[in-house]
Amino acid sequence: MHIEIDEISKAFGTTAALHPVSLSLPSGALVALLGPSGSGKTTLLRILGGLEFPTSGRVRFDGQDATGLTVQERRAGFVFQSYALFRHMSVFDNIAYGLKARPRASRPTREEIARRVTKLLELIQLPDIGARYPSQLSGGQRQRVALARALAIEPRMLLLDEPFGALDAKVRKELRQGLRDIHDTTGLSTIFVTHDQEEAMELADLVVVMSMGRIEQIGKPQDIRARPATHFVREFISA
Amino acid sequence: MSDIPNIRFRPATEENPATRWALIGAAFLGLSVLVFAPLIAVFAEALADGVGASLKSLASPDARDAIRLTLTIAAISVPLNAAFGIAAAWLITKFDFRGKAFLITLIDLPFSVSPVVAGLCIVLMFGTNSLVGGWLVAQGYPIVFAMPGIILATMFVTFPFAARELIPVMIEQGRAEEEAALTLGASGWRTFWTVTLPNIRWALLYGVLLCNARAMGEFGAVAVVSGKIRGQTATMPTTIEMLYQEYLSVAAFSLAAVLALLALVTLLLKTALEIHHADQLAASHRA
Ligand SMILES: Nc1ncnc2c1ncn2[C@@H]1O[C@H](COP(=O)(O)OP(=O)(O)OP(=O)(O)O)[C@@H](O)[C@H]1O
Ligand SMILES: [Mg+2]
Repeated sequence: MHIEIDEISKAFGTTAALHPVSLSLPSGALVALLGPSGSGKTTLLRILGGLEFPTSGRVRFDGQDATGLTVQERRAGFVFQSYALFRHMSVFDNIAYGLKARPRASRPTREEIARRVTKLLELIQLPDIGARYPSQLSGGQRQRVALARALAIEPRMLLLDEPFGALDAKVRKELRQGLRDIHDTTGLSTIFVTHDQEEAMELADLVVVMSMGRIEQIGKPQDIRARPATHFVREFISA
Repeated sequence: MSDIPNIRFRPATEENPATRWALIGAAFLGLSVLVFAPLIAVFAEALADGVGASLKSLASPDARDAIRLTLTIAAISVPLNAAFGIAAAWLITKFDFRGKAFLITLIDLPFSVSPVVAGLCIVLMFGTNSLVGGWLVAQGYPIVFAMPGIILATMFVTFPFAARELIPVMIEQGRAEEEAALTLGASGWRTFWTVTLPNIRWALLYGVLLCNARAMGEFGAVAVVSGKIRGQTATMPTTIEMLYQEYLSVAAFSLAAVLALLALVTLLLKTALEIHHADQLAASHRA
């Protein structure tokens, strides 16, 4: 899905989290929002997902105005920074949640839900953990379950807030490839937030560098490396 | 290995045994004098003329009416307060709005206001001489000296219990799980029933237990608004006091023993919750 951000700004009280920013993301791209802490990455991601509403500006999905759509209507698969798995539900029920929440007319049958959850568990390469609870999983496993839960609703796009933030270096590398593979099989427009420039450069098709609520540069990793647009970008990617 | 000197590690907080036992002994002595002895005395007085006399006094119409009224009051005011407590805690922890600090202070108000004052306020507002009260009496719905007044008084006094227990738990859990449910397409209502409520269920039960114990035991506010009419508005605590004033010691203490037993059951349930679900209770974080 083609995602367009048109002059979006966001203020929390008197702090401006986002100055008007504009961005056009081609359908099916894997995009990194890269920037230091407090640069507005999470805010922008939450605005896309419908969890936050912009102070001004418009969001368009495939050319259609989506600014007023509720979070449910956006159908964005959202992976939260701390994963936000439902702690009182098994992994199976976590993944099935979105399907069970559908209105009766479009809700799959119980067998169909079980079949889809099983397939998603295979996709994240954890076929045997359906009966476990989130507290019984490792950090990397939790992250993958959160991804499966977001994919279960057949989202129109995938939004991930620091999906590898809380993991050690080795697991990060593995899961990076996992996300790349899932992106390539599903073909979903995917946006992930990171403050790790290496991660952004290695994984993304398109990198959006942000600083203090502004977009500093948008480009392919190799272009940003070769031609940093501003002093900030040069400093940040060489760090 | 025998050449290694045998070092005795000593915890920094260790006192010598004599001090320790003296302190523990003092604590137990204090508890016995202040808590166990009175409790035993209540049961001893109740059974002074034998089990038969005690049971007979409990079977009297006044005692039965009082027990029935107290249970009814608790059955109405506790669920209502649980619902209000959830609503208040939800509002305070999941949304940002102006006047939030004021609302939190307001929730604690019943803890600092004397129950008698609370009762008097209800009488002032809804008594026959007040505008609202007079009109309601004319319509045939008296508040004061009737069940609605007792429920209002009980609810006022017990309001903080559920909310106070829920707010810290809900703050600690944050909003992320609710937000996740919303992004998965669940409505706000569905999110509440399938995510919020299950996450707070033990804390809620704990709050409800405390609320219930207090609701059944409340004396001051209820004494003022109820008028203590036997067989109509006399609850267990007010009946106990009236019986005692009339030197009906066995009857008074038998009813008191029933109230004490209810309190003990509450205590047991509360302790069981603390043992099995400590991680999900606010009280265990406060301790
Ligand atoms: N709910 C909020 N209320 C007030 N200010 C907020 C809120 N959320 C974000 N901000 C402010 O908006 C700015 C951008 O925050 P944001 O969370 O988008 O940054 P970020 O790039 O995701 O940072 P990090 O890498 O630390 O997660 C910060 O200055 C932050 O303090
Ligand atoms: Mg962030």
